[in-house]
Amino acid sequence: MCDKELWPEGVQRCSLKLFIVWLLVIFAVMAWGLYAAFVVWSGGLIVTGMDNYFAFGLYIIFDLAVIALGAGAFFSGLLYYLIRVDGLKNIINLAVIIGFICYSGALLILTLEVGQPLRAWFGFWHPNVHSMLTEVIFCITCYMIVLTIEFIPIILENRKLNKVKFLHHVAHNFHVIMPLFAGVGAFLSFFHQGSLGGMYGVLFSRPYAFREGFFIWPWTFFLFILSAVASGPGFTMLVATLMEKMTGRKLVDFSVKALMGKISGVMLAIYLFFKYLDTWGWYAGILPRSGLTFSEMFYGLAYGKWLLFSELIVFGLVPAVLLLYSKTRNTPWILYSACTMVGIGVIINRYVQTAQTLAHPVMPFDRWYVYVPTWAEWAPSLAVVAYGALILSLAYRYLPVFPQERKLNPA
Amino acid sequence: MVLYLKEFKVKWGMVIDLDRCTGCGACMVACQAENNLAPPVDASNKRYSMTWMLVYQLSNRQPYPNHDVAYMPRPCLQCGKPNCVPVCPVIATDKNQEGGIVSMVNARCIGCRYCQAACPYHARYFNWHDPVWPEGMEKTLTQDVSTRPRGVVEKCLYCHHRFMYARDKARIEGRDPNALAEDDYIPACVEMCPTNAITFGDLANPEHKVHKLSKSPYAFRLLERLNTDPQLYYYSQREWVRRQGDNFLEHETVGGV
Repeated sequence: MCDKELWPEGVQRCSLKLFIVWLLVIFAVMAWGLYAAFVVWSGGLIVTGMDNYFAFGLYIIFDLAVIALGAGAFFSGLLYYLIRVDGLKNIINLAVIIGFICYSGALLILTLEVGQPLRAWFGFWHPNVHSMLTEVIFCITCYMIVLTIEFIPIILENRKLNKVKFLHHVAHNFHVIMPLFAGVGAFLSFFHQGSLGGMYGVLFSRPYAFREGFFIWPWTFFLFILSAVASGPGFTMLVATLMEKMTGRKLVDFSVKALMGKISGVMLAIYLFFKYLDTWGWYAGILPRSGLTFSEMFYGLAYGKWLLFSELIVFGLVPAVLLLYSKTRNTPWILYSACTMVGIGVIINRYVQTAQTLAHPVMPFDRWYVYVPTWAEWAPSLAVVAYGALILSLAYRYLPVFPQERKLNPA
Repeated sequence: MVLYLKEFKVKWGMVIDLDRCTGCGACMVACQAENNLAPPVDASNKRYSMTWMLVYQLSNRQPYPNHDVAYMPRPCLQCGKPNCVPVCPVIATDKNQEGGIVSMVNARCIGCRYCQAACPYHARYFNWHDPVWPEGMEKTLTQDVSTRPRGVVEKCLYCHHRFMYARDKARIEGRDPNALAEDDYIPACVEMCPTNAITFGDLANPEHKVHKLSKSPYAFRLLERLNTDPQLYYYSQREWVRRQGDNFLEHETVGGV
């Protein structure tokens, strides 16, 4: 069977030879990550930059960031299937695939992060209902299953597979029930994103991260959800744009991209409103009650005030304005830059919530330490990026990911 | 926010007199030997150490001749409202048994280290290395303390096995195991301290020395205002030492006489 016969109907792809060279590059990065994983599993977490001060490190920062950026899947699914924002139908497949990559990638990294990976199932067997992490464990697993279910019909729509009558009907029926899974996925991801924020907010003895809030949920629960839905759609759009640049083909109409940018901008503005209130409440309430001052929360370059300024202004307020204003939003390079800035802002947020929370000396006679990730942390993280590139490359080549591709690229 | 609050009839606790502590480290050694802590693989990096009992050096940060230091032994503080307990996803750590000691089920710990992130006192330690004892040294292991594998979090349990011995002994002697006398149960660090800086007993029992000491105006608890409600009290007549027990702002006054 010829490789070309597997391509979606009426599209052009690069030669198989070039594609294999590209895959080899991806496999090389993945092999490096697998080697690092082997070193961590066999030698333990001592090979990482984590220590008794930094219980969490790059693995968790990467997971939090990736899961926030993958929120395009659940939020786009919610808007398309349940709220019926019709324009999203041209990018929803990509959003689902990115969600699948982000969540499965995060789960892969988590197998390295726990000291006893073979006991990871204890989270289901001995769950502590008070722990935000328990909620994370349940939601991330269930949502991963939902994302897999959402990915299956896209695979079954492969030109060859779709010719099999049974698989064709399976794919069709999956589509019929997809709003149900979109709803379940939105519910699960809502709680998962929130619980990741809640994980930090409930640390009442860590004044950098601790937040009061609503019932059992600290404010960080809601802030993580809002920041994820602000950055997720923009990230999905950026991935589509990157694929366009790499393949030299138009894949998504610009109006769809601008719509994704608008969604990002609106959600970012809502997020920032609450984030500013939260920061003020932290500054004026939690810190003085803990006997701490604003200046004591920052240290050197790694944990400097510049991070807060960057997160809230440069990578927060500025892109929010750019995305809300239709003239700037409809200028491609500004749209792409603004969405990139939103992504950077959410990564900074996840970094400070993790590293700075742990680095800040709570005891008066303690001192700041700086966390530096080692190669054993970078390699698996990059391998997950390569894993994402692999899935996207295969999906783009063999699956009908972009419904507009044929129309946008007349032969 | 704190979901976990339990009252106990007996509350085992310590009062450590920082004016008596010389920082000799005997408590650290006793803890290490009693609780089967393996010799460190590389002791040069203290951020990978396994010191359930750690002695901090405090300084009044004054130039000579007004310079003064104090030594602060820090076991697990057995918080009344521990942040580590509600965060553990698998209930590997709990505060459930009479006596109010925060327990650990090492065989259940998955090594997620969330409890470590939650503890502001750095009282929890991750097992970075496989525990290895030099040949022959395994004969010195305490029989009733399980050894822990690499990849789990562990911490001071106030020598809980000694608590179990004391209860068994009381039962055999026909006494109430829930009403132990002050000297029935003593952790290793308390027993080993050459200056008697550490007093141990039931904080809830007015007959015990710790109860009286904890009520002293010179007694304080580490990071009191974080509301973790520790069962470990410190004692010092020096104001600057008490001041370093919490993050006091410039204008705030510290307790004591």
